Amino acid sequence: MQLTNRSKVVSNKEMSLKERLYLPAIVNGMGITLRHIFKKPVTIDYPDVKKEMSSVYRGQHVLKRDEHGAERCTACGLCAVACPAEAITMISAERKKGEEKLYREEKYAAVYEINMLRCIFCGLCEEACPKEAIFLTDKIVPSTFERDEFIYGKSVLTEPYPGAVDVSKRQTAAVKEFKQHPEAQHNKLR
Amino acid sequence: MVTLTFILYKFLLVLVVFLIALGIAAYATYGERKIAAFTQDRMGPSKAGPYGLLQPIADGVKMFMKEEIIPDVSNKTLFIIGPCIAMLTACMTGVVIPWGRPLVINGTEYPLQITDINIGILYVFGVVSIGVYGIMIGGWASNNKFSLLGAIRASAQMVSYEVAMGLSIIALIMTTGTISLSEIAAQQEHGLWGVVKQPLGFLIFLICAFAECNRAPFDLAECETELIGGYHTEYSSMKLGFYLFSEYVNMFISSAVISTLYFGGYNMPFVSDLGLSNNTLALLGVGFLFLKIFFFIFFFMWIRWTIPRFRYDQLMNLGWKTLIPLSILNIFLTGGVMMARDYFHF
Repeated sequence: MQLTNRSKVVSNKEMSLKERLYLPAIVNGMGITLRHIFKKPVTIDYPDVKKEMSSVYRGQHVLKRDEHGAERCTACGLCAVACPAEAITMISAERKKGEEKLYREEKYAAVYEINMLRCIFCGLCEEACPKEAIFLTDKIVPSTFERDEFIYGKSVLTEPYPGAVDVSKRQTAAVKEFKQHPEAQHNKLR
Repeated sequence: MVTLTFILYKFLLVLVVFLIALGIAAYATYGERKIAAFTQDRMGPSKAGPYGLLQPIADGVKMFMKEEIIPDVSNKTLFIIGPCIAMLTACMTGVVIPWGRPLVINGTEYPLQITDINIGILYVFGVVSIGVYGIMIGGWASNNKFSLLGAIRASAQMVSYEVAMGLSIIALIMTTGTISLSEIAAQQEHGLWGVVKQPLGFLIFLICAFAECNRAPFDLAECETELIGGYHTEYSSMKLGFYLFSEYVNMFISSAVISTLYFGGYNMPFVSDLGLSNNTLALLGVGFLFLKIFFFIFFFMWIRWTIPRFRYDQLMNLGWKTLIPLSILNIFLTGGVMMARDYFHF
């Protein structure tokens, strides 16, 4: 059965004088390489130039804040339960008086860690989250030399304020439908 | 007083040629990587300085900083002498190359050639053959079978191709009537270029030059897939750097020799008829020579990234069974044409 048109019948016939001379073949080959010299390289000069990621690309996580800069995460632990790789751990704490600007609800995550070596970037944490607090971004997790440097704490994961991380690409139809649900109305982003 | 200025001038010229050779060799490594990248649709070194232009300096610093390892079982004296000979012979060839026509300042003539010995070509051949010792000694002293195999390959190859190279040069000498490089270059100012008189000889010489420089497609001596690194497997730090560097210096010198013998050296057609002053012409000539040299260095790299490596038996077949008979035929053809010209007066 012929799968492609690229197959070539090989034979052991004597080479012609032109083939034995070898020089025409060399000149031909040099023509090909010369053409490639003037071609545009296909390389993307990462990290100076970054490739546009697919809208469904799942990269490094971000912990969102609400519009006033308060952390959305309530340390309910649903993401940790949903995580098939068991990469997420957290320690919850109760919000003290005067911390209303920092944390949106009475409970918050004092420690929130994701082990990037365990994470399989499936995105189940973001599906599990009822508070729209965790999202996967198009940022690539950088490599380091030490294993413990791959455990990302809140200082890395939480988005800066001001300067929200754009996660609109991850707001798929399913997520939007979830937001429209009456039980989740109070969680609306913006 | 005259001798003092003479010595000073020669010393200056030696220094300048030496520095230029080293500089070009350094940037040839950069050029090689860039051209390799471009032929393979990549970008090449781009991080050190603008367009990666500082890459050779970074490489040099790296080479000097690396740990120097001399194997316990090696012959230490020879192990150090090897790269020294390779580098020394690579730099020595440059002295007989006429870089331009003589400059005339205040009525004194300053030749742009370090020494105009009347056996220039033989000198080049002699020094290049000593270059085999650098590789051979290095490979032998390493006490490593891969190094030894690489060294044997390199020396056998260089010895074989020297024969064809010498024979191809004989045909050229028959047409020029001299073996002084400065005279050969001067002859091509008004006469035809060597490549027009000796197309077959040029082809043979070019192929042999590739083999003499241990460049692809004849780089069996450092064939990574079979011999790890070849003769420099055990080398590290700047001693390895010397071996790699001498290859590029050799490439530069070969390009200069090819340009001088076959491509008019510092001459360019019709430029001498423009009526420019002697010194302008001389400086322009240096520029032309370097243009030709750069083209041939590019050509060396272009070939390297186009053609796959020869097998060892193919290499020997090509050298002994094809190039040597061809170059002998070339000598006969040249002689025949010269006789016919004498006889029929054309």
